[in-house]
Amino acid sequence: MKTRVRNSLTISSSDQVSFSIPLAGPMSRFLAWVIDIGALMVTLSLTNTLVVFLGFISTDLAQAVLIGANFIFMFGYGIVLEWFWRGQTIGKRYMGLRVMDEQGLKLRFEQVALRNLLRVVDRLPVMYMVGGLSALGTQRNQRLGDIAAGTIVTYTPKTEIPDVGDILEHKYNSLRKHPHLEARLRKNTPPQAAALAVDAISRRAELDGDERIEVFHDFAEYFRGLVTFPDEDVMGISDEQYVRNVLDSLYNARAK
Amino acid sequence: MIINIVRFQSTERPFWDELEAELDALDRDGARTLTLDGAQRFHYLYRRSAADLKALNQFPAEIELHQHLEALVARAYAEIHETREISRVGSIWPWFSRTLPQTFRRQKRSFFGALLITLIGAVFGAGIIIFDYDSKGLLLPFAHLEGDPSDRVAFEEGVEEDRMAGGKSTFSAMLMANNIRVTIMALAFGMTFGIGTGILLFYNGVILGLVICDYILAGESVFLLGWLLPHGSVEIPAIFLGGQAGLVLGLALVGWGNRTSLRERLRSVRSDLVTLLIAAALLLVWAGIIESFFSQYHEPYLPYWVKISFGGIQLFLLYFYLFRVGRGDELEEDPS
Repeated sequence: MKTRVRNSLTISSSDQVSFSIPLAGPMSRFLAWVIDIGALMVTLSLTNTLVVFLGFISTDLAQAVLIGANFIFMFGYGIVLEWFWRGQTIGKRYMGLRVMDEQGLKLRFEQVALRNLLRVVDRLPVMYMVGGLSALGTQRNQRLGDIAAGTIVTYTPKTEIPDVGDILEHKYNSLRKHPHLEARLRKNTPPQAAALAVDAISRRAELDGDERIEVFHDFAEYFRGLVTFPDEDVMGISDEQYVRNVLDSLYNARAK
Repeated sequence: MIINIVRFQSTERPFWDELEAELDALDRDGARTLTLDGAQRFHYLYRRSAADLKALNQFPAEIELHQHLEALVARAYAEIHETREISRVGSIWPWFSRTLPQTFRRQKRSFFGALLITLIGAVFGAGIIIFDYDSKGLLLPFAHLEGDPSDRVAFEEGVEEDRMAGGKSTFSAMLMANNIRVTIMALAFGMTFGIGTGILLFYNGVILGLVICDYILAGESVFLLGWLLPHGSVEIPAIFLGGQAGLVLGLALVGWGNRTSLRERLRSVRSDLVTLLIAAALLLVWAGIIESFFSQYHEPYLPYWVKISFGGIQLFLLYFYLFRVGRGDELEEDPS
């Protein structure tokens, strides 16, 4: 069974497994296309250079190879790369995008071929206007080729699992005295804010003195706004240490 | 349940890494099969990672770990739940001997639809020649067809040197690229509920009817057959195959008399569309070679009966292949 939430496709299998696949927006897809066009131009230009040597043997044959190569690259680029790289081209790989089956199943060759062949209608009249409008107007951001092929383009950033153990330095955390407030903090903290705070801690050495104070002051104020801990337990703690304590409470909760 | 994310991660990560390594190995070798023990282990790793993902849902702060696990579980899900037959590269002979002709026959309704639209266009083109000859030049895309057919025949038969010398390969490549592009468009315009495909086929029919009628009325039927049949006996059916694919796609979108969902209808014809298009592309590569290296030579250099016989035999073989080969074990209905 599949349900859809905004900008993601949630797949719930019959064996009670549920996961969401974030969908790529038209803008990131457009940027991936621009990169692919660049890669294609470079490939074609290299081919042209190589074909010049073939011209010493036969000009006719060189011209024929050039026409054939241009045609094959224009239509085959997406098909070959997406098939062998499991739904990715150079542009998609750089942008963290991947073509997937809309039901979460394995991508099949006919799907890859069809979505790429149907680019001839998606790029009409200019600059993928038909495909872009279709992507904007459909729930799953699908251009016409995707609709016919039953594919979606997903956003799959290369994730590095953060090693938060090293960041937190195992210092005494006064927030631990209040498990109910810690629980509320975990409930109220958006994942993006926690991830940003981890990032700020891990990159603190890159910040100058004043910037560092300002950044951690903003973070501390933000977290204080989410949950208020008793003054006697947070008084005298620097903003940076407060943020560390918050992250320790978020990531290193004691098992119950 | 509250979990200690650091301990959770250090305990579970070896299982995630093992699953990821297995998935990477399957990615690298699509034909790889698992032993029974391997499959059971794979399923265990999938279930365990899925359970970890579920546990992590109660820990919203860990966004990156969550994304990592979701991506892993999604990949494993695709491997485990994929039940459709995986096509193998080595299956070229079965594709030629069964898949292609059976696909063609399964979708023959659309082929005859493409043929009919082209014929209507051809009648319209012939009508232009008969009733409005002066409009001929406006419609023909090639300058060498605009003049009087008899003048062209006299010119072609009077040529002494090989006009195609040093340019046959280039001409052949241009023909292939152009015709395959037109065929891809015939398929792709199926997304306009088949209307675009119909217009393209009709226009092709108009041009074809116009040229054929023009040459017949000028008394140059033999030249016409000798010129068109060697490559046209393959090229024109190939365009029909592209049109057939476009109409199949259009009919799947419209869904007349079919109660299944749009997604199901498209899924059921996807493989057929690509099969028909590959067939058309292969035929057009052959047609491009024949047109450049054979069709452009006329009497007295090359007797017309040789060219006409060649084209006729080719057309018969193509008919036999598409309508007769691979009968017996074919599905009458869509594979869905």
